[in-house]
Amino acid sequence: MPPKVPRPDPAAAFIERTLRDWRVIAALGAVLLIAPVPLVWLGWPWIRPLLESQFWFSLILGGLAVFIVIHLDAAFILAERKLSAFIQDRKGPNRVGFWGLLQPVADGIKFLLKEDYTPKQADKPVFILAPALAFVISLAGVAIIPWFDQITWPWTGPDGETYTVVGQMASLDIGLLYLLAFGAMSVYGVVLAGWASNNKYAFYGAMRATAQMLSYEIPLGLGLLAVLLVAGSVRLEGIVESQAASGVWNVFVHPLAFLLVLIAGFAETNRAPFDLAECEQELVAGYHTEYSSMKFALFFLAEYSHMVIGSALVTALFLGGWAPLPFTSWLADNHTWWAGLIKFSVFWGKILLLIGLYMVVRWTLPRFRFDQLMRLAWKGMIPLGMVIVVVQGIATGLGWRIDPAAPWTANLLAGGLMLGINILITLGVLWLMSRSRAPVTGRQDNLPDVIVPPAEARLAR
Amino acid sequence: MLAVAEFAPVAILLAALVLIAGAILAASHLIGPRRSGPVKDIPYESGVDPIGDARRRFNVRFYLVAVLFLVFDVEIIFLYPWAVLFLKVAQGSIADVAGFESLGYGPGFLAASVGFFFFLLAAGFVYEWRKGVFQWD
Repeated sequence: MPPKVPRPDPAAAFIERTLRDWRVIAALGAVLLIAPVPLVWLGWPWIRPLLESQFWFSLILGGLAVFIVIHLDAAFILAERKLSAFIQDRKGPNRVGFWGLLQPVADGIKFLLKEDYTPKQADKPVFILAPALAFVISLAGVAIIPWFDQITWPWTGPDGETYTVVGQMASLDIGLLYLLAFGAMSVYGVVLAGWASNNKYAFYGAMRATAQMLSYEIPLGLGLLAVLLVAGSVRLEGIVESQAASGVWNVFVHPLAFLLVLIAGFAETNRAPFDLAECEQELVAGYHTEYSSMKFALFFLAEYSHMVIGSALVTALFLGGWAPLPFTSWLADNHTWWAGLIKFSVFWGKILLLIGLYMVVRWTLPRFRFDQLMRLAWKGMIPLGMVIVVVQGIATGLGWRIDPAAPWTANLLAGGLMLGINILITLGVLWLMSRSRAPVTGRQDNLPDVIVPPAEARLAR
Repeated sequence: MLAVAEFAPVAILLAALVLIAGAILAASHLIGPRRSGPVKDIPYESGVDPIGDARRRFNVRFYLVAVLFLVFDVEIIFLYPWAVLFLKVAQGSIADVAGFESLGYGPGFLAASVGFFFFLLAAGFVYEWRKGVFQWD
């Protein structure tokens, strides 16, 4: 007798078939894209005064940025699974919707419907606080990212006055320090989660994550210091504008500082190859072992938001921020609304490129061992960062600097000098590395040699 | 000049984020099922019965890292205002920063003072290195 196969529910089968059709997905996407247009058109009399005032424009911009980041986080989960599938020659998610496009939606629903479990032994208030804290802190950086410089609206007021708004939620004097402060605070979410879980895996994961994030905060700070010495401002918009005006992005003249900040960014977000905190083979899932449902989802959102904000920081400091093309000052002085839109898109494009790099690196490189990780931070990146800062300080004191007002020959000379010094330092580092002893193998060095008896002796026993 | 109004959007953003996080947590708390059992309440240790609490002693080197971080990070943060000021003074774009120049403190003074500060930092770093603080294996 053949096994009884349950007949598929016709309604469910119909929904499944419909959602796997690419035309349905395309239509859904088109509706979502076009839907705001009539709303904006109808509400224009109410929206216009909001756009004219900097305060309300800041709030709209911030809301938009948070909206984009949270939805991108969901999209990144699919993108990362697809990319890992491509790298490992698999198909990846392809069941929910056409090409797996509705997978993030399904994930979201499932997160909501799962049990929100708090273990008996856990410290309950802290256990609940930790994911919320991680989420809030990771997204707080949105406030000072300069998405574009400014927009002068095409319409004029009753007295012929023009309205200009700045493309940044809050233009703070402390700028970069705000981002650094919230970057350092992201340790709290992790360490509180690990402590409150009262689970050994979670606890060890949290200890590792703390040590790692603290260690890599220092090279990050040193790399940023090198940029400050040429930008002369801790305001992110000032740093971006100084790059956009000359067209020479900081990455071209300070590649080493860029690398320092980028690698420290990988480590700060606990991404592979620095994901010691959630090293599956040793610690199950690390600090979020005991977390489930939306609490786990908040950690996930926090990790990806942290990546987005970290990429935005690298973009603003090294990749010219909203500047569309290197080596020109194209659009730098154009404050029309379409130029603002292009700058906004360019900024997000650069962020997406960096996140693509994060993903490729995660699925390409193997994980560090903990002692290698700490050695890289304390014996590699921090001395290198100190050298870079000293060299950059001397260069600034001597006046070697890209200046938009100076003739291009002077800029070429200054930029070439800085690039040359960077290359020299790189060669020095490579020379030092080649001089060091054969690959350091950690603790095994200190152990006495284990003498393996020959096979006959073992068999005779 | 510290304008409180500048921070208003930041405060609103933080409040909104707290609300979003609270709403997400509340939603999953209300919607999800709740089933509990004696085995489920045991801390997860890959199916092995846990021995003792997770609140136990851990390696002192983690503590050492935290102390080192405090020292280095605070010293680096001290350098941030200097970096901004130094560029402006070296360029000559600031005629007189808080009476700096009139007291006779030019770019040379700024460079020398931070050079000494950095020398101390580097000396401490070398001392820690030679003492074997950065030995994790």
